[in-house]
Amino acid sequence: MNRSIPVNVVLALLPVGIALGAVAFDEPFFVTLATRMAILALAATGLNLALGLGGLVSFGHAAFFGIGGYAAGILATHALYMQPILTWPVEIGGTDSMPAIWLVAVVVAGLVALGTGAISLRTSGVYFIMITLAFAQMIYYFAISWPAYGGEDGLSVPTRAVFPGVNTATPMGFFAVCYGALLVGVTIFAILRASRFGAALQAARQNETRLAAVGIAPFRIKLVAFVLSAMLTAVAGALFADLNRFASPSMMSWQMSGELIVLIILGGTGRLFGPVAGAVLFVLIEHLLGGATERWQLFLGLILLGVVLFARGGMVGLLAGKPRHG
Amino acid sequence: MSSALLIEQLLNGLQFGVMLFLMAAGLTLIFGVMGLINLAHGSFYMIGAFACAAVAAWTGSFWLGLVASLAAAAAAGAIVEILVVRRLYERDHLDQVLATFALILIFSEGTRWLFGSFPLYLDIPPVLSGAIPLPGGAQYPLYRLAIIAAGILVAIGLYLLISWTRIGMRIRAGESDREMIGALGVDIGSLYTLVFALGAALAGLAGAMVGALQSVQVGMGEPVLILAFVVIVIGGIGSIKGALVGAVLVGLVDTLGRLLLPKLFAIAMGPSEGATVGAAVASMLIYIVMALILALRPQGLFPANT
Amino acid sequence: MKNFLKTGLLALSLTAASAAFAEPVKIGMITTLSGGGAGLGVDARDGFDLAIKLAGNKDVTVVTEDDAMKPELAVQIADKMIQSEKVDILTGIIWSNLAMAVVPNAVAQGKFYLSVNAGPSPLAGAKCNENYFNVAYQNDNFHEAMGEYATQQGMKKVFIMAPNYPAGTDSLSGFKRFYKGDLAGEVYTKLGQTDYAAEIAQIRDSGADSVFFFLPGGMGIAFVKQYAQSGVDIPLMGPGFSFSQDVLGAIGDAALGAKNSGSWSHDLDNPANKTFVEEFQKAYGRLPSTYAAQAYDTANLILSAAAKADVKDADAFRAALKSADFKSVRGKFKFNTNNHPIQDLYVREVVKEGDVLTNKIIATAFTDHADAYAKDCPLK
Repeated sequence: MNRSIPVNVVLALLPVGIALGAVAFDEPFFVTLATRMAILALAATGLNLALGLGGLVSFGHAAFFGIGGYAAGILATHALYMQPILTWPVEIGGTDSMPAIWLVAVVVAGLVALGTGAISLRTSGVYFIMITLAFAQMIYYFAISWPAYGGEDGLSVPTRAVFPGVNTATPMGFFAVCYGALLVGVTIFAILRASRFGAALQAARQNETRLAAVGIAPFRIKLVAFVLSAMLTAVAGALFADLNRFASPSMMSWQMSGELIVLIILGGTGRLFGPVAGAVLFVLIEHLLGGATERWQLFLGLILLGVVLFARGGMVGLLAGKPRHG
Repeated sequence: MSSALLIEQLLNGLQFGVMLFLMAAGLTLIFGVMGLINLAHGSFYMIGAFACAAVAAWTGSFWLGLVASLAAAAAAGAIVEILVVRRLYERDHLDQVLATFALILIFSEGTRWLFGSFPLYLDIPPVLSGAIPLPGGAQYPLYRLAIIAAGILVAIGLYLLISWTRIGMRIRAGESDREMIGALGVDIGSLYTLVFALGAALAGLAGAMVGALQSVQVGMGEPVLILAFVVIVIGGIGSIKGALVGAVLVGLVDTLGRLLLPKLFAIAMGPSEGATVGAAVASMLIYIVMALILALRPQGLFPANT
Repeated sequence: MKNFLKTGLLALSLTAASAAFAEPVKIGMITTLSGGGAGLGVDARDGFDLAIKLAGNKDVTVVTEDDAMKPELAVQIADKMIQSEKVDILTGIIWSNLAMAVVPNAVAQGKFYLSVNAGPSPLAGAKCNENYFNVAYQNDNFHEAMGEYATQQGMKKVFIMAPNYPAGTDSLSGFKRFYKGDLAGEVYTKLGQTDYAAEIAQIRDSGADSVFFFLPGGMGIAFVKQYAQSGVDIPLMGPGFSFSQDVLGAIGDAALGAKNSGSWSHDLDNPANKTFVEEFQKAYGRLPSTYAAQAYDTANLILSAAAKADVKDADAFRAALKSADFKSVRGKFKFNTNNHPIQDLYVREVVKEGDVLTNKIIATAFTDHADAYAKDCPLK
């Protein structure tokens, strides 16, 4: 009997449970925590497309996360001060509408991913890990030394962006938007995984030559997966900036890339709800340890090490058993 | 710009490169023989620096500190290999990344627990203080020349070790065919521990030598680690020769880029603006070089026989 | 346990501050306690805790948490402290980029924020807020003081250097605001850079009569050591951060003779400072740094305001804070219209007292110095 369906349902409802519990027990901060979980889970779901399905271990996804964050920050700043971003060839103004911000984030991240991916995918294995890291470092240093939008100081997001029909200024309203985005992200992941594209992508991970032999170009499939993956992560970045009311270069640091990978492995690589489980667990650990001891990073390290050594397959693997397929 | 300045900068680039080589040699060896990505390699660098600073402060001798740094880093390497890393050889790169990422957190906070939150003091030994004249009238610090010399000695030593000794033969065998050497009756377990400890010791040595030039503090290893990865990827993972060439290349490109780019941009954009933009591009330069090299040669400059 | 529930154990003094407050005060301290920047945060925390302990007031609670130098984490902790711990006042952040992330959020939620360090220019100018008080300095101040000193000393060709990030460019423009001579060179280094051989060679080549640099933390330690080893003997000067007590031990004798600016030094002659330096050494076994002094002042400011007004009555409490009616270790202290300090700035020299390297005041750069951004701040 496969336990993954009930486990997935529980995991899908977990952030909602935490948020509703927070309201019931009048602990408003837990709504913020649940929102953070949902956003990080969405970012990791994006990475999971490349990493879990395609076997593309990108150590530079923080760059896309940061691009999303800056898209939100820059557009909202320009909207507030009513300055156009571009006056030529067409005039483009700022906006504080979430769908518009997401569109910009997705397009910019997609274009960057297309360019860097086309080069990175010429390599594989460790080379791929390292070249994605190199591109992210480039963008990180650019953000630090680019004075127009705050440089290392980062960029305040003056007002939280709005979503039609939802009051995003309230914690629950904003949580609803983030959770909705997460569900859409997970659905996209599920649809892609079950599609012919997903099958080809997983085949490319397992045996590239066989795929080429049946007339499918693995390079293209992987590139599309990489770009889609960057796009999802960028939307999460835009939400993250709205949550913190702040975008900063540290969203693009290599530690952030590492954390996204950690979320996936913690939850279970390639599993549909792995990133959700990973994000819930990671945010909770960070919250509880950080509140309990100054040396929380030491214990975080020990916990992560324990998970790799003794809990293969991550949280979902522990709860639901081995996956049915690769 | 005077020729003396240029010569001095070339030496600086070389010294930086040699230091990167000490880090990269261990990383590339560990990857080449065991197939392991070790993000915690920067921690051995930090351990070496802290051990050297502590022992030098206690005994008053930099040289004892240097010995201690080798011993401490090698011991830490061996312990980590036996307790943790040994279980990761058969895993995919993803698990290795997470486990060694966790090791960074543990080592960083552990070191801070042991040595406190403030940076430690470590100075160069008196024998190597002072500067010697360069052609063109400039002065160059003796200690930096000593680092270059030490790096070259280590490179030669590694070459001899790998090409001419029994251990080296086993290492080479391990790089080309892992199952084979097991079948030949070589004790793979202790060979791996040895290689890992050797790599850690080299990183510790680099940390100690550089610690005297820089600040001995928690987190000092990670920036160097990222650069060392750039080096081995440019050079071709698993290749010691590639690590050497890559390290010198990165050292020179970074140093000369920092010197020349702001001047170049200043000509085009005026001094203040040009200095800022030039510095920004200089900080991205090695990553740009790496991307270019990998775009042209996806396996690096000297692809190892994997 | 990190949530130090420091409910003043020692009822030592019977000063005004130890009288029961109308309403208990809960303070959230977010600071850097892990990683390479931990030294500064630890000093700030210790200085703050010391003031609370000496006051011996049971109505003050301090909750401390580590931000690991990450802006995102600092924001999360601030939200937690406001929403979950229900603190009245936030404080403790060391770095400008973290302050920029946390301060606007905290004051937007109606909380007070008191800065123990870091005073980024937007928060002093157009984005100032009535609930944001900076007890330390505006970021440019120390650099301005050094520029003024260079002018006073008649320096003609100064080589200036800082990392390429906002605080670095602010630093050099602050210096240039008061320095009247020529520049022998202006260099921006990479943030986090640890090898300065290239820059030192440029300094040697530049024919400068003095070098002004701003390189916080490990960067500064590395630069000064390498500079001393290089044999270049052009005198060094910098803001106080470069030669603060927390890094002097690691730099060693290479720092001797360097001039640096600050609003505080352990040899400042006033009773409050004497008590502070003595008690700090007694409690922690080391000399306090600027960060500890600023945090100590911040805690005493809060205590003085809480003795006058109820923290829940924001208008009254704000007025009490603004009157700055406390014994500052800096001797005199008052707030400008933008809630940033008006204070004296000194030039200090690194000297050796016994075995310990420390700073000694040698000159006064400014008397009652205010920052350049107050005019952009709408507050009265």
